[in-house]
Amino acid sequence: MSASKSPNLREHRLGRLYPLLLEQLPKDAIITATEELHAYECDAFTTMRQLPLLTVLPDSIEQVQHVMRCCHTLDIPVVARGAGTGLTAGSMPVENGVLLGMSKFDQIHEIDPHNRTALIGPGVRNQAVTDAAAPYNLYFAPDPSSQLACSVGGNVAENAGGVHCLKYGLTVHNILELEIITIEGERITLGSAALDAAGYDLTAIMTGSEGLLGIVVAIRVKLLPKPASARVLLAAFATIEEAGTAIADIIGAGLIPAGLEMIDQTGIRAIEELMHAGYPVDAAAVIICELDGSEAEVEDELASVISILKRLNASDIQVSTNAEESRRIWAARKAAFPALARLAPDNYIMDGTIPRRALAEVWTRINELAEEYDLPVVNVFHAGDGNMHPSILFDSSDEDQHQRAFELGTRILELCVQVGGTISGEHGIGLEKINQMCLQFSSHELSQFHALKAAFDERNLLNPGKQIPTLARCAEFNAMHVHHGEMPFPHLERF
Amino acid sequence: MNAQFDLQKEFAEYVRQAYARQQQLHIQGGNSKTFYGRRVSGETLSLRDYSGIINYEPSELVITARAGTPLHIIEATLSEHGQMLGFEPPAYGPTATLGGIIACGLSGPRRPYSGAARDFVLGITLINGKGELLRFGGQVMKNVAGYDVSRLMCGAQGTLGILLDITLKVVPIPAYEETRVLEADETQMQTLLSDLGRRPLPLSATVLDENLLYIRLSGARAGVDAAARVIGGDLLAKPQGDRYWQQIREQEHKFFNRARETDTNLWRLSLAPATKAIPDQLISNQLIEWSGALRWVYSHNDDEALRQWTQQQNGHAIRLNFADASDRTFHPLAPALHALSQRIKNSFDPAGILNPGRLYADL
Ligand SMILES: Cc1cc2nc3c(=O)[nH]c(=O)nc-3n(C[C@H](O)[C@H](O)[C@H](O)COP(=O)(O)OP(=O)(O)OC[C@H]3O[C@@H](n4cnc5c(N)ncnc54)[C@H](O)[C@@H]3O)c2cc1C
Repeated sequence: MSASKSPNLREHRLGRLYPLLLEQLPKDAIITATEELHAYECDAFTTMRQLPLLTVLPDSIEQVQHVMRCCHTLDIPVVARGAGTGLTAGSMPVENGVLLGMSKFDQIHEIDPHNRTALIGPGVRNQAVTDAAAPYNLYFAPDPSSQLACSVGGNVAENAGGVHCLKYGLTVHNILELEIITIEGERITLGSAALDAAGYDLTAIMTGSEGLLGIVVAIRVKLLPKPASARVLLAAFATIEEAGTAIADIIGAGLIPAGLEMIDQTGIRAIEELMHAGYPVDAAAVIICELDGSEAEVEDELASVISILKRLNASDIQVSTNAEESRRIWAARKAAFPALARLAPDNYIMDGTIPRRALAEVWTRINELAEEYDLPVVNVFHAGDGNMHPSILFDSSDEDQHQRAFELGTRILELCVQVGGTISGEHGIGLEKINQMCLQFSSHELSQFHALKAAFDERNLLNPGKQIPTLARCAEFNAMHVHHGEMPFPHLERF
Repeated sequence: MNAQFDLQKEFAEYVRQAYARQQQLHIQGGNSKTFYGRRVSGETLSLRDYSGIINYEPSELVITARAGTPLHIIEATLSEHGQMLGFEPPAYGPTATLGGIIACGLSGPRRPYSGAARDFVLGITLINGKGELLRFGGQVMKNVAGYDVSRLMCGAQGTLGILLDITLKVVPIPAYEETRVLEADETQMQTLLSDLGRRPLPLSATVLDENLLYIRLSGARAGVDAAARVIGGDLLAKPQGDRYWQQIREQEHKFFNRARETDTNLWRLSLAPATKAIPDQLISNQLIEWSGALRWVYSHNDDEALRQWTQQQNGHAIRLNFADASDRTFHPLAPALHALSQRIKNSFDPAGILNPGRLYADL
């Protein structure tokens, strides 16, 4: 159903909802003008768009409760939005549904240096937490490349990671307590100020639930002490295999670097062109490895890493000697997304995660697939934890290319599942990967997800249609997605 | 392998029938943690024969094992490869199984510094209350496909599913460990640990035991030495140090004798680390771990007052009795949270047959 086919439903819902909302929200917190609504029609996955019925921008928990009660009463879907930097159409509105913007929840309520926690609103930007904690020598560990813009509420909803999560964990490892509003408008506290809580571990289930279970209105995050010393090392390799082996060997040697990233040649060149960070443009791959700890510790580990790298014929090994040099190397890595954006009109970024041992094999296979589909694929990714980010470059105005890009994406994710991995390491499912969920989960598993969702949201009003595909959708997808007359992975046990 | 796979199917079939008959099941591993919750009645379903390591790749830092695998086997295998479980779980006896540890969500002295059991769980294969064999998570470090059901199983004590195969992230054994002992009262401990906590020091355990503060440091020798210079105090020799932390981990230190020998209730209070001292009138004695975040106490038998105080501090209190399961082990949940938890339980176990009443009367 597109908006044009259901003008009546739209008018009908607006007519009933708007006056109800006005009972507790000021007029300027409700946006209904189409030209203004365009700002909310997509997240960073811009090839999918949908206008909402209206956008509300509440600034208090009570207002969120009111919005939820109104929508629950009138059976109107609600989609939460943080900063809209998601890569999976997770905060894309649903047709004739409300978009709930959480941007006004941008207060840091408390930094508690003794407990090393911060209590914040979900609209606070990721980087702002680290900035506010800096005077206490503390920081918030999850550092997605989008950290200047993305909200911590969005990080919780996606269980976001970053270049340092190899050592310091994902969002789920760095939050203690969440306050949520249910679709009925009820306020519930999950977790506690302590290190564990009574009952089920519901902070774990909320983290990564993509706005399908409740609205996060307050977050208590953990803060970590800044390392005394951190050095960043950059090394070039003539082959992808050697680079992949280097990653596995570093981890296998019992070292846990703070970050361990890998970039292929196209990625190196694109980044270098934009950032001029001194990346070696002739290498087949570079790896970036950050070691942190006490000064002596870092020196020891640097020596171990360098000897592993040399054994694997690394060249051009650069080691940062001060914070500014480290910052420059990381800034360039974190600019990968805009750098790639200059190479093609569209960039379809995958997020499959695989066991490290399969890195070189999967990478080679991806390059073969890229050739088969005749589209360039660039790899800039979190190698240390096996989180591949192959970016498929294409032009969405060319229907054939667009189609090929999506098929290639599915093949890559299928490959990740085949080697024992997952279709998403940190970006989430949203609407973008909803079909590929059918590759990873059986119908019983999907049904269990739906039952769990119903425990929070019986009428399926929170971000409906996202993250967990219906069984009917999977039946259709699986029927279409048959290779060489076979079902996907006939050899795998489907329960 | 195949026999074990058949066993999975057999378990599933068994639960399907139990579901049809509405037969309540009492899920058991090594039967070492009966005291850690409420008494469960029902047909006993033992996981003990469902045992063995399925896959262990040291270079991936990942192990997958069956729920009935004895904890000591897992730990011995890991240590052969210089690795360990990062959350240092208490076993509470030689029969402890991996499934029991994860189901109870138990973590030991290392927890505040390197993470809880749930932080290391990567994937779980389980059977829900309808007898469906389900797999969530996987073997990889990062996985956000679908809800994080594997972590939800940690601490759910089998009330949401019967755990079969468990995949955990493991960590390298620290190159070097050292224990420092300092004189300190509670206030001094808090001031010191709050200060140390804002510095990147390799703390891996702390205990305030009467007026002595024990601090364990773990990591590269150079880092530990540097930290030891900052902290000062006396060195506790390695064998004594290891024995000390083992006793703390298993609650076999002399502080726990009263609970072990006299049927006295032992309280485990989980609090924000800098929470002020527990009022004297509520407790007779305490031992403080986790930089202040975990306080073992004996109460003056006013359970309500102790629970209320803990709740006011935004923490929770567990009441344990090593001799037996007890009805009011866990901290009561706020009504809305309790209702939500029931709906979640119902979504996994609609007939309420999996360890019914283990956590709360109706959960
Ligand atoms: C250039 C670039 C680089 C990126 N790099 C990384 C990276 O390194 N690692 C990584 O993990 N991700 C990365 N991302 C993806 C994205 O930034 C993260 O997923 C981020 O967590 C999204 O936050 P947001 O505030 O923008 O959320 P949005 O995009 O607004 O929303 C994301 C999801 O969260 C839900 N949501 C938002 N707020 C709430 C709330 N208060 N309550 C309930 N649900 C809510 C939405 O409904 C939606 O499902 C990158 C994105 C870009 C554009």
